[in-house]
Amino acid sequence: MRNKSEENGMGGQIQEAGAERARIPVLKTYKIYVDGKFPRTESGRYFQFKSPAGGWSANLCECSRKDFRDAVTAARGAFAKWSKATPFNRGQILYRVAEMLEGRKAQFVEELLHQGLTRAQAESEVAASVDRLVYYAGWTDKFQQVFSAVNPVASSYFNFSVLEPTGVVAVLAPEESSLLGLVSCVAPVIAGGNSCVVLASSRLPLCAVTLGEVLNSSDVPGGVVNILTGFRKELLAQFSSHMDVNGVLYCGDSAEEIRKVQTDAALNVKRVSLQPEQDWAKAEAQGPYPILAFQEVKTTWHPIGN
Amino acid sequence: MYTLTPVDQVGIEERIARLNARSIKKEAKLEALKLALSMLDLTTLDSKDTPGKVKQLCAKAIRPCEAMPELPSVAAVCVYPNLVRVAKKALQGHRINVAAVATAFPSGMSSLKFRLEETRWAVNEGADEIDMVVSRGKFLAGEYDAVADEISAVKEACGKAHLKVILETGELSTLDNVRLASDIAILAGADFIKTSTGKIQPAATLPVTLVMLQAIRDHYYRTGKVIGMKPAGGIATAKLALQYLVMVRETLGETWLHPDRFRFGASTLANDLLRQIVKEKTGVYQSLDYFSKD
Repeated sequence: MRNKSEENGMGGQIQEAGAERARIPVLKTYKIYVDGKFPRTESGRYFQFKSPAGGWSANLCECSRKDFRDAVTAARGAFAKWSKATPFNRGQILYRVAEMLEGRKAQFVEELLHQGLTRAQAESEVAASVDRLVYYAGWTDKFQQVFSAVNPVASSYFNFSVLEPTGVVAVLAPEESSLLGLVSCVAPVIAGGNSCVVLASSRLPLCAVTLGEVLNSSDVPGGVVNILTGFRKELLAQFSSHMDVNGVLYCGDSAEEIRKVQTDAALNVKRVSLQPEQDWAKAEAQGPYPILAFQEVKTTWHPIGN
Repeated sequence: MYTLTPVDQVGIEERIARLNARSIKKEAKLEALKLALSMLDLTTLDSKDTPGKVKQLCAKAIRPCEAMPELPSVAAVCVYPNLVRVAKKALQGHRINVAAVATAFPSGMSSLKFRLEETRWAVNEGADEIDMVVSRGKFLAGEYDAVADEISAVKEACGKAHLKVILETGELSTLDNVRLASDIAILAGADFIKTSTGKIQPAATLPVTLVMLQAIRDHYYRTGKVIGMKPAGGIATAKLALQYLVMVRETLGETWLHPDRFRFGASTLANDLLRQIVKEKTGVYQSLDYFSKD
């Protein structure tokens, strides 16, 4: 279960300092993030991530449907409190996530390097991710004002529409963007007061697990974001059909998968949002509309005298 | 007068750990879930209970899930004595018992005269089963005969009604005490022994229930008399309910897997059982949003 490492920076440095024996590096066990804790998959299964350049690998949890079930239970439990937190408070917490991510830059850059990016690409991706969190932190107490409305009606009623979070959202994160894509999908969902269960990219899974550690140290209540690793092929049906999930965010371009998600979502009329694989660094990849994608509009007719 | 049967606490815990490792899947799981549903004493014991809520609960007892009329009804509805009449009327024509908690439930801290009067009144109102509480203070003070006499007196006051004796194991401190209290209740005339009122934490636990099941087993081997068991309080998930059923099956055998001999005292368990039954049938994980609350 241990990662093999031949190019570990730490080991190298100590040896150069003149130690007689190389220190055995302490490598991270990549686990999943559920209910504010870091368990292993209940299935006991693992898959291996191999760095494209070779020389570095890690074992990741191959999550089962039961892991997903447990994560949904955790997300449902966390929703009650998170959805009631003041938008201002949610903004502060999201900003805190950005701060913690900033402090862990080096680790994320390292992981992105293992996943095949150049140092410049990696550094710019982490910086963009921090900025994206700050961006959505700012929206938490503003999107209601933009999208809510007082509606004109031709009778003696005061008619207004307000937004409420959808509930538990299942997120199938982008396969091709390990960190920025993931942050761009999760941040608007939780900014709007939803809780979520995320399936990280199976090709580039490292940053997702480490993001869980950042969330855990950022005052995001346990269960608001749950991050699983594993394979879409196995979990897609569960993500789209679970009756206690209220929305699905699907990232990807497979027509077959999209059809499956839309068909299954009809079971309990889940809200479905589709995102193609894209360059998540571009300006259009952020905005208030990803928040609106998981908001319900409640319209109230309030009688008034004339 | 009472021989103390010592309980091996470590042995009990290891036995439970081993039984919990059993995995029940597919058809067997579905059957076990239905069985657990049929063993429910659907309970509402809030001071804010109203006739409306009890009627609603009775409707659920008769047909636990509108969408699945083929599912069994529950075994009984358990209410406070003043709501027995309402429950009885709502369940007319159905083979579902009405159980009343009596004898100054949940504390039992009243005069024996008053507690017997309450028992007779509840039976007169139509209760088929009486859930009484033992005097824990007297038991812990070592006045075992007094406890036994009280149980016998209540049994007499019950007449035709079945008597369940609540030991309130959460207040008995040790498994040895649980065993002794079980033996006293059984000898004094209990038809069922029951773990808890649900008002004290901890309520029912697997170790406590196993000790009580062993008391029932030993009594059965000695006398051939059948005593029922009812764990109550804190059993909220289907998974836990199945663990109880495994324990009953392995301690007392299959004949005890029947609502006449084993009950669950619970309220939220019903919905989790329904949720798991639908999951087994459809393969899709279910939400509590789609099941009636009461």
